[in-house]
Amino acid sequence: MMLALRGVEVRFGDVRAVTDTDLDLAAGELLALLGPSGCGKSTLLRAIAGLEPLVTGTISLDGDDITAAAPEARPFGLMFQDHVLFPHRDVGRNVEFGLRMNAVAPAARRERVGELLELVGLAGYERRAVTTLSGGEAQRVALARALAPAPRVLLLDEPLGSLDRHLRDRLIGELPGVLEATGTAAIHVTHDHDEAFALGDRVGVMHDGRLHQTDPPAEVWAAPRSLVVARILGHTNVIEGPTGIEVWRTDAAVIDPAGDVEATVDRVHFRGVDHDVRLCTADGGGLRFVLPAAPAVGSSVRLRIDPERVIRFD
Amino acid sequence: MNRLFGLGTRGVLVVVPAVFIAAFFLYPIATILWRGLGGGGGETFLDLAASSRQRDIAWFTIWQAIASTLLTLAVGIPAASAVARLSARRRRLVRALVTVPFVLPTVVVAGAFTEVFAVAGLDDGAFRLRHTVWAILIAHVFFNYAVVVRAVGSYWAALDQRMEEAARVLGANSWQTFREVTLPRLQPAVTSAAAIVFLFSFTSFGLVLILGGPRRATIETEIYRQAITRLNLEAAAALAALQLLAVLALVILSTRLERRRPIVGRGARSSCRTAAPTWRWGNLIIGLVLLGGPIGVLVERSFSTGGGYGLDHYEALGERARQLPAPATTALWNSVVFAVAATALAVLVGLLASLVVVHGRSGVARIFDLGFTLPLGTSAVTIGFGMLIALDEPPLDLRTNWWIIPIAHALVGVPFVVRTMVPVLRSIDPALHEAAAVLGASPARARREIDVPIGMRGLLLGAGFAFAVSLGEFGATSFLPRRPENLTAPIALFRLLTTPGDLLRGQAMALSVVLMVLVATAVLMIESGRRGDEGVL
Repeated sequence: MMLALRGVEVRFGDVRAVTDTDLDLAAGELLALLGPSGCGKSTLLRAIAGLEPLVTGTISLDGDDITAAAPEARPFGLMFQDHVLFPHRDVGRNVEFGLRMNAVAPAARRERVGELLELVGLAGYERRAVTTLSGGEAQRVALARALAPAPRVLLLDEPLGSLDRHLRDRLIGELPGVLEATGTAAIHVTHDHDEAFALGDRVGVMHDGRLHQTDPPAEVWAAPRSLVVARILGHTNVIEGPTGIEVWRTDAAVIDPAGDVEATVDRVHFRGVDHDVRLCTADGGGLRFVLPAAPAVGSSVRLRIDPERVIRFD
Repeated sequence: MNRLFGLGTRGVLVVVPAVFIAAFFLYPIATILWRGLGGGGGETFLDLAASSRQRDIAWFTIWQAIASTLLTLAVGIPAASAVARLSARRRRLVRALVTVPFVLPTVVVAGAFTEVFAVAGLDDGAFRLRHTVWAILIAHVFFNYAVVVRAVGSYWAALDQRMEEAARVLGANSWQTFREVTLPRLQPAVTSAAAIVFLFSFTSFGLVLILGGPRRATIETEIYRQAITRLNLEAAAALAALQLLAVLALVILSTRLERRRPIVGRGARSSCRTAAPTWRWGNLIIGLVLLGGPIGVLVERSFSTGGGYGLDHYEALGERARQLPAPATTALWNSVVFAVAATALAVLVGLLASLVVVHGRSGVARIFDLGFTLPLGTSAVTIGFGMLIALDEPPLDLRTNWWIIPIAHALVGVPFVVRTMVPVLRSIDPALHEAAAVLGASPARARREIDVPIGMRGLLLGAGFAFAVSLGEFGATSFLPRRPENLTAPIALFRLLTTPGDLLRGQAMALSVVLMVLVATAVLMIESGRRGDEGVL
């Protein structure tokens, strides 16, 4: 493994923001770190960047211990939620900043800046003031700036969080291509499970300062290792059955008069291809399924649950 | 204003402050310029330029101000960085503490440093500081430290620290980060702090007069020498005119610089655990020694009776020293009465002017804004001297009028009231009035429920400043007619300090301490009532 964290702990006073965390990242891999706000995922990212000191644990890169290295001595890039471009420098001088710090010659700097701006779709933007950029453009410049010194690992702290949905979807589409083109491994922090699934080669789920599970997206979705992880992934149908706790995935139900679950349709959200349907069971419990056709609101339906799509916890 | 006030009210709003500023500020200033530029047929600029002594004085005034500014920045910026990293509560405390020296009467500061040099054995010998330019520079740093720490420190604290983190991750070490990312963003605050420090050092009077000794003269002290000692009013007027034009040029230049300030990203600051505690505390300790040292010496000397400690010097304040026309306690009482009158005047005029600036028609508002800021840039000496030469014939013959001193003090205080009131009044969202109206409040009721309580805060702040300024005012007062019933505490202190020999030193120190306590109380009260974290004032 290229980047390896072992037993990492970060504290703010008495609060353990990150505790007992192991993490591995392979070269070129894109890892999505998913968790609710305040779970410690941003702190973990900042610790990797060297911006938060570890109380215990080690961080190593290609086997070299970099736990005590200063942020500037680590070959990582960091992208913030709201770009944090230097307001007193134009686009070109923002992108070249890391190159200047690494004493790259001016001619090589210019070339590299042009190359990166082209890569992020902003060719010719060198002399633009960063204050005139739109949100999406600013975020692309931030990406170019972070990538310019050719970091081994790009750390992305919810970089798409401040963008509108349309732009976000577009950048989610583009980001893996850019990373692949530059051969950069990345850790992408997000609280949005759709974003995590869309981007990550693997998804790490964090809660309360701990990394609960790290697996490929399909596996995490299909087989969350705990109820906490299931909830973070957006599973809301938690049923206490006779054999333990069951989680019915939102794709587990079909309407079937012979089904053994009876419920009243409470609300239907049309989503284009399918419908997000909320139902109420006789004992007052709420259920939520994605169904191809919309039953009438207020009607009573019977549902058949596909046991293959039920996650069981003891 | 059209919406907020009726026609009659509007007239009073505009007329009262306009008459005040025209009669007691603009008219004297115009008189100085008229006589200084040769209108009275006496000495003019050109005669000044021909004199090598005057050229030396002008040059010394400029370079000591530049040196004071650079030194203050060199000491103040590291301290500002330490202050910026304190928690908001501690930052407020430090801000309040550093402000005490800033508002101390210049005469008290001069007295404190005179005593520090005496105690440290720097009065004479190889390391003599007394009556050298270094004494002036050090005192200017002491005095203006607060300007840099407050302006730059607060600005720094509000800067988005993730910029620095971004730079670090991009490979910049801490010095590179400071130079390339922090300093350029601090530039607006540094520039405006530097402009203020330069202006204060350029127009510094009491400090130079006492600490510089007889041989070191700036334009200010030379105006005093010519007008009061040599009674050469024309030469003084020429110097004052020169001073006025220089300050005007400076103000125009600094507004130009400020207009060019880049847009600076300010926003959420992240948790800042980046500064080494040794740096932070080291800087705060340096500040404590620099600011606390002279004050400590002052207090110590005031209680020292040669053999031990006691209240002898304080008791002596009640007896009339030969050098004073009245006992020091009388001077203190006069000062308090003058300060109350000056504050009342400054608050009345300043409040009306602020309402015009905020609610008036744009042209009138702009003229008022400028007109009530000008006295801030004008040196106290120029104000006092202008009143001396302008208000000496009917209908404005105030030479024997008791009010001349409160009026002069109010002139110095009014800009403080306006500058604190205007932002507060501007911060009142017009939507609040609309909300109140929709909820059933009449316009008058809405004003009473919204503007009065919010504005009161700014008014108290400004009043506190005006009071403190008046208590310590020396420059303008020193030009005004002297009669026993007009003796103020700073004037008495000046006489005690400049009397040769040690006989009256103890009494001077005791008087300084009393004056300092009065001013510090006013200032700390202001600071505890303040909510925001911004600005120099």
